Amino acid sequence: MTQTRKPSSKPEAREAQNPSFSSSGMKLIVPLQGVVQGRGGLLLGTLVPCALFYFLQLYLKRRRSTANCNPPSPSSEPTLPRTSSRSNLSARGSISRVRISRLATQISRPDESLYYVGLDRVSRDPYHALDNPDGVIQLGLADNKLCLDLIGEWVARNLEDSVVGTGLNINGIAPYQTYDGLMELKMALSDFMHQVMGESVKFDPSNMVLTAGATPAIEILSFCLADQGNAFLVPTPYYPGFDRDVRWRPGVDLIPVHCRSADNFNLNITALEQAYSQARKRGVKVRGILISNPSNPVGNIMTQDMLYSLLDFAEEKNIHIIADEVFAGSTYGSEKFVSLAEILDSDYIDKSRVHIVYGLSKDLSLAGFRVGVICSFNDSVLAAAKKLSRFSSISAPTQRLVTSMLSDKRFIREYFETNRKRIQQVHDEFVDCLSKLGIKCAKSCAGMYCWADMNGLIRPYSEKGEIELWEKFLSIAKINITPGSSCHCIEPGWFRICFTTITLEEIPLVIERIRRVVESCKSSS
Amino acid sequence: MGFEIEQPCVELSKVAVSETHGEDSPYFAGWKAYDENPYDELTNSSGVIQMGLAENQVSFDLLEKYLEENSEASTWGKGAPGFRENALFQDYHGLKTFRTAMASFMEQIRGGRAKFFPDRVVLTAGATAANELLTFILANPGDALLVPTPYYPGFDRDLRWRTGVNIVPIHCDSSNNFQITPQALEAAYQAAEAKNTKVRAVLITNPSNPLGATIQRSVLENLLDFVTRKNIHLVSDEIYSGSVFSSSEFVSVAEILEARNYKNAERVHIVYSLSKDLGLPGFRVGTIYSYNDKVVTTARRMSSFTLISSQTQHLLASMLSDKKFTENYIETNRERLRKRYNMIIEGLKSVGIECLKGNAGLFCWMNMSPLLEKKTREGELELWNAIVHEVRLNISPGSSCHCSEPGWFRVCFANMSEETLEVALERIRSFMERIKKE
Repeated sequence: MTQTRKPSSKPEAREAQNPSFSSSGMKLIVPLQGVVQGRGGLLLGTLVPCALFYFLQLYLKRRRSTANCNPPSPSSEPTLPRTSSRSNLSARGSISRVRISRLATQISRPDESLYYVGLDRVSRDPYHALDNPDGVIQLGLADNKLCLDLIGEWVARNLEDSVVGTGLNINGIAPYQTYDGLMELKMALSDFMHQVMGESVKFDPSNMVLTAGATPAIEILSFCLADQGNAFLVPTPYYPGFDRDVRWRPGVDLIPVHCRSADNFNLNITALEQAYSQARKRGVKVRGILISNPSNPVGNIMTQDMLYSLLDFAEEKNIHIIADEVFAGSTYGSEKFVSLAEILDSDYIDKSRVHIVYGLSKDLSLAGFRVGVICSFNDSVLAAAKKLSRFSSISAPTQRLVTSMLSDKRFIREYFETNRKRIQQVHDEFVDCLSKLGIKCAKSCAGMYCWADMNGLIRPYSEKGEIELWEKFLSIAKINITPGSSCHCIEPGWFRICFTTITLEEIPLVIERIRRVVESCKSSS
Repeated sequence: MGFEIEQPCVELSKVAVSETHGEDSPYFAGWKAYDENPYDELTNSSGVIQMGLAENQVSFDLLEKYLEENSEASTWGKGAPGFRENALFQDYHGLKTFRTAMASFMEQIRGGRAKFFPDRVVLTAGATAANELLTFILANPGDALLVPTPYYPGFDRDLRWRTGVNIVPIHCDSSNNFQITPQALEAAYQAAEAKNTKVRAVLITNPSNPLGATIQRSVLENLLDFVTRKNIHLVSDEIYSGSVFSSSEFVSVAEILEARNYKNAERVHIVYSLSKDLGLPGFRVGTIYSYNDKVVTTARRMSSFTLISSQTQHLLASMLSDKKFTENYIETNRERLRKRYNMIIEGLKSVGIECLKGNAGLFCWMNMSPLLEKKTREGELELWNAIVHEVRLNISPGSSCHCSEPGWFRVCFANMSEETLEVALERIRSFMERIKKE
């Protein structure tokens, strides 16, 4: 985009150019002024070209809006089929004259977040121990595969009875159910959460709205607690998916509250205060704080004191708190997880500002089944969320199956004991191996990942250096890990590495691949 | 402690407090009456009979039989070997086997007259989510969709609530059996323009809810020409396509697009679901089929908020790919629905109540305008109140469907046994006799 470029006749090109067109235009006016002599000439010399430019821009804008070509976006999705007689369809499909919404245009662009780009790279060349041992190993998705065997066994033993009932009667699950989930499942989930969160908090099923996964739960709460253009404060680094869940359709902004390695990435109330006042100064209405506890991607747990401080802060500003507690059952350290719900019993606390999100994708490895929960103590929020859950209800046969599984208390107890042990085992081994390579991790006691400090390996010490290292990991080591920049981490060089998608036996393989990159970085420095 | 300090109430969003969910309309009030006093053949034979819920219960036995004879469908095989991948599978592309099965099922319903590619199938948790999702994609807040009246009351909520998009009605009336005329289309478009509202799409339901009738081919051709001229989209909600009494009478917009060699197809999107045709609303299975690549990509990403359980996808994939089963199901279901329809039409006719000539769906569109004291919305609601509370039938008043002519009612007949339907008809007979005497 140069200053002297003549306006082209192609609307797309102009669309891309327009932002600088006006500034380049102005750069032409000044010399023109010099050409025209005298005061009157100076005025005319300024006004006339200005007027011309303004009218030209107006004309261009009008042409652009009638032509309206959305430039064909290079999709990272597999291309849609083209058969010989349908060539018209596919060819036309990508350069359409008919408009889609602003939101759709934004979403349809190729995903820039490396979190998603990485997931895509794995899907094109996924590692498989036997079929594709040189493929990309997925360490960028917090899925728990460690205890799938236990769940699989339970299902094999119990499925027929639990889903379609004895006599294969589907009458009960076929018709319309209450959109916000069957009471039996709510009760089973309430018991489960009670167990998972250390048996110190009881969730009332009537305070629960069930949704197809925790993802719509976050979105629904965003719709209920804030208007378009408002904002939530969110401690960084945070789960990249929040950008989608909160910003896309609810149109709520996320204002980062930066946490630092010096504090082990724990939240600092001063930083929270600062972020809040800065937002106020900009005229942005902050409606709530969104936290994940246990934290994703760091894996630390909020202390009781910090939770109290958060509540005090929310009280003072009269805003909401959304606590995403999906990793509550995936703790392995000595620290005890405390749910935000646990400390609500004081009289002075206004429970109606607290909303908790939970789900079975992490703790029970059932991501495909789509089971999420909103727990709120605010009747109006519950009423609205119940109605909104119609757009994201859990499939009835799945509700049945999961209710049955959760009600098998003995199985759940065994599952948890084993799960905890296995996560701890893999975590300890992995972190140890990393440290032998000179890579230290943040202190974590929960989650399915470690938060690794690779700032010694990046050149330069910036987001650019971090991205280059990420690319090295993908192309040289063929492992997908999540760079801190996708999580909005303020310090470059941190990476989230998930270890629950590999087995204990596969750790040496992964470490070996990481070593390759570490060595390549050291030799090039 | 001591005195109470007034706590400022923490505020909710405009979406949360808005009334756009529409649950205060009479459509839902009738449901409350039913919930409080539901009919039961044995235990509550004087209760309110639910005729306001478009649910298909006439072909359950076929589903049950299938599951009995094919128990691998509901499991993952002996020892559940496929379970691991399935439990973790949350890819928004959905199971390929399931998408393929859905595409094939949609083809079968249309008698093979249209082809559907699995890669254009986007999965959502129900048609409700599909309609809302499409609205988010095709229109900006403040824009409008044109929808022919009368229409499904749920659209007011599904298309408008979170999206901020408006519905501008295309007025249809009984003079031509509520068909969409070019004049009505143009008038609706102009009405939107007059309010400075940008029209982004026309949304039709074909077969129509609440009319219970398919849209004629010529009307569809006209619609396609209209949306092409105006450079807007066409959404065709075809969730009742498998419930047409006779296969030959249903023309899907997909067929017309094929006949036109897909010219201008990128503005057309079809919504489908298994809730009506297969009677499985609890399963939450819906799809968007779009001829527009960008819409497919965007809808897929947005479907993260409304994914279908992988367990359900797995369960239904095998059932829907079983061509012998689906052929038999579609045919039998059609036949049974037609029988029910005839039963209710004859029953109503015998007491002097006329219905719109219908050929599809789970309901009939009943004309009670001759009974109205005042041919107004109030008159209709008065009559409706009498029917709900005296006759004890929950039926849906035309005004809740935005019908411009008072006196029409939607009456569902597929969500009950034949015996119960007979009881309902009997009650109507007595009601009509009482009225004649007065």
